Amino acid sequence: MAEQIIFYILAAIIAVFSILAVTSNRIIRSATYLLFVLLATAGLYVMLGFHYLMAVQIAVYAGGIMVLFIFAILLTNKPGEDLEPENKGKRILAAFLSLTGLAFCGHVIYYNVNKVYTLVIPAELKMQDIGHTLMGTEKYQYLLPFEIISILLLACIVGSLMIARKR
Amino acid sequence: MGDLFINLFSGPVPIEAYLGVSLIMFFAGVYGFLSRKSLIMILISVELMINAADINFVVFNRYLYPGQLEGFFFALFTIAIAACETAVAIAIIINIYRNLSNVDVENLNEMKE
Amino acid sequence: MQYTLLILVLPLLSFILLGLMDSKWKPKVAGYIGTSVLSIITALSYTTAFMYFTTAKLEGVYQQITPFNIEWLRFTDFLHINLGILLDPISVMMLVVITTVSLMVHIYSLSYMKGEWGFQRYYAFLSLFTFSMLGLVVATNIFQMYIFWELVGVSSYLLIGFYYTKPEAVSAAKKAFIVTRFADLGFLIGILILSFYTKTFDFATLTSGDVSVFASTAGVSFLGISVMSWALGLIFIGGAGKSAMFPLHIWLPDAMEGPTPVSALIHAATMVVAGVFLVARLFPVYFFYAPEVLHGIAYVGAFTALYAAAIACVQTDIKRVLAFSTISQIGFMMVGLGVSGYGGHEGLGYMASMFHLFTHAMFKALLFLGAGSVIHSVHSNEMSNMGGLRKHMPITNITFLVACLAIAGIPPFSGFFSKDEILAATFEFSPWLGAAMSLIAGLTAFYMFRLYYNIFWGKEHKHEHTPHESPKVITGPLSFLAILTLFIGWIPFGKLVTSDRAEYIIHLDPMIATVSVLVSVIFIVLATYMYKKDSFVPARLATTFAGLHKAASHRFYMDEVYMFVTKKIVFKHISTPIAWFDRHVIDATMNGFANTTQWISVKTRSFQSGQLQQYAFVFLLGTLLITAIVIFS
Repeated sequence: MAEQIIFYILAAIIAVFSILAVTSNRIIRSATYLLFVLLATAGLYVMLGFHYLMAVQIAVYAGGIMVLFIFAILLTNKPGEDLEPENKGKRILAAFLSLTGLAFCGHVIYYNVNKVYTLVIPAELKMQDIGHTLMGTEKYQYLLPFEIISILLLACIVGSLMIARKR
Repeated sequence: MGDLFINLFSGPVPIEAYLGVSLIMFFAGVYGFLSRKSLIMILISVELMINAADINFVVFNRYLYPGQLEGFFFALFTIAIAACETAVAIAIIINIYRNLSNVDVENLNEMKE
Repeated sequence: MQYTLLILVLPLLSFILLGLMDSKWKPKVAGYIGTSVLSIITALSYTTAFMYFTTAKLEGVYQQITPFNIEWLRFTDFLHINLGILLDPISVMMLVVITTVSLMVHIYSLSYMKGEWGFQRYYAFLSLFTFSMLGLVVATNIFQMYIFWELVGVSSYLLIGFYYTKPEAVSAAKKAFIVTRFADLGFLIGILILSFYTKTFDFATLTSGDVSVFASTAGVSFLGISVMSWALGLIFIGGAGKSAMFPLHIWLPDAMEGPTPVSALIHAATMVVAGVFLVARLFPVYFFYAPEVLHGIAYVGAFTALYAAAIACVQTDIKRVLAFSTISQIGFMMVGLGVSGYGGHEGLGYMASMFHLFTHAMFKALLFLGAGSVIHSVHSNEMSNMGGLRKHMPITNITFLVACLAIAGIPPFSGFFSKDEILAATFEFSPWLGAAMSLIAGLTAFYMFRLYYNIFWGKEHKHEHTPHESPKVITGPLSFLAILTLFIGWIPFGKLVTSDRAEYIIHLDPMIATVSVLVSVIFIVLATYMYKKDSFVPARLATTFAGLHKAASHRFYMDEVYMFVTKKIVFKHISTPIAWFDRHVIDATMNGFANTTQWISVKTRSFQSGQLQQYAFVFLLGTLLITAIVIFS
């Protein structure tokens, strides 16, 4: 039962703060709400039993990307200056589309909800297993994606430097 | 759907709840993407969408394929890639800011030509 | 007789040459080219006339010779339009008239229009006009005549509007063209009706006396009038337009805006007699198949003559007086045709009308050219600016006097003979009509001498520089025409031109001759008393009959009636709604197509705005739609 309560609290945090993040007029507030959303997501990962994912989420997302965001915000806006609200037509159209999508996907989910699923409480996921899987070369083992992502990271670093350097 | 309310506080959290949360987060991201003017806000919305998708992967991994780890690793790699993409995007935004001294997405309409 | 083709072709070539002539040639060259071409064809016409009248007689009847008749358009087996030359007593006579007067006008214009801007354009148009008029009179079939009829109208428009920077000239040209074109509508309908029943356009066939040609018209009638009367009446309407019969006369006084030699050529001697010529050409058809139309023509002519004579008595612009005089004299010619019978003594009216056409051309051209000479030296058209000019312009004075005596009908001048025959024919038809025509002849004498005295006698008007006699190039044609006027009355016209082309010896009826001369002399004396010296009689008469005088000087308000009908009735109630419909319904539909297309394209163009969020929106929308279709179907 504690699980449900925690889940519902996290779910409420995610729902409320994500909506606030996209409708707020102040950018720093938006960034802050996003931070909370990310942290709550990390909490959800823990509830599902993926501790390593939670750590990665907090470290990379909340710790790295959000800092990058704050830098970007402060570099491109004057803090304290509000964003103009959008014109009504655009907002209504966007709201319409997202609500339509919401209804649609919601229908699909709850229509098929009677399919069989089982929740198997997992054994704890060991770090060694994760490491072996990440560095292994057999089937269902992810060495190649790992290397490719490291090359991608290199490319991104070089790319961002190239784009954003001072002329 | 009546099962949902019966299962609400007893038994494990139903899959629809997780999926509902990610749904809300995702479409909040869609709304933000389509309606905000500043590029940073759009980027924030994109982050929301990516995270919603991550939650979905992990939830399906846990509920539908308990023995395997695909969803977990996919979410892991997605986080890494999202980090790269955010870095490059912010570099571009900074460049745009240098040239136009504002980051309105409405000024970037060269795609029409 | 093949050389008659040259008579038509040379003026056409001259028109093309002068029309395309660059201004690097001196204007004088245009004048010389035009005049020399005209002299050639005058010589050719005289030759044709001489050859025709001496050789073309067969058993006392002149033959209709057709040197050319080329088929041009073929509608059916029966109906085809030819182009050709028909030589006939009246057409040969008209050839002589047209070329003589045109030659005089060409020579006269060398000096009159000297230094005018557009000199070569003037000569080009004169050549065009000569060509069209010659083509009209030698037409072998009625459609060819119609073609040249329209060409003559066009030349007249171009020449009246010669000073096209003057708004009055432009509107006068428009008026002339529109009124005659409107009459030509009747002409065309008449031609179509006639040719539908007779299955031919050809004059020779129509006037040959062959009854079978008209067999299909027997018993056919529309609204109680026989179809031949309709056809011939409508054809006469066309002629009435060109010949300025009441009520289609309104264009002729305004046409005096053109240069004076043009008035002499077109509106005195040649174009305005085209209607008379048309009736004369179709005369056998008129007489045998629609005699009541012929009588109608007589009454219309008589009324027109009276109307124009009344107006001419009070006009102050000398060219307008001459214009109304022309209308009146053409009325005489129409009366002559209308009261005529066919053959021998019955056909006296026809012969008299043609004779009057011949002499009238000469002395009316002389009158106009003389008026032009006066206008040239006084620089004004108004009688009030003239007076006592006989001291300064002796030759013009004498020639003008000769012409006035001719038109008044005093022997031995030509006008006496021709007018006398018309009066004789009219008296035979109806004594009342004869009396009326004699009275009108008297009025003619009156206003012509009023004109003469006001110009050449009386108190002199103060001029900036004293008027002087015009140069020889101008007085030459005047003298030539005056000599013609003296002598052509003595030509035995009955031997040359009659209704059935057989010979007829004219007998001068002494009774009628004396009466007409007496009436003319009385009116001349009246005019002398009133106008030779300054006297108060005209002013007193004007105030006594003030209403009549005012009405006459406004031409009995015919122009106002026309303006009222066109502006208040036709424009306001018919043209304006139609124009509104055209602009707001038809144009709106077309504009609606264009505007809708433009609106669609604007909307479509906005799809590619370059806005990222719009692209994302459409993308997402499409995805949702496709998924929905896939899942829910």
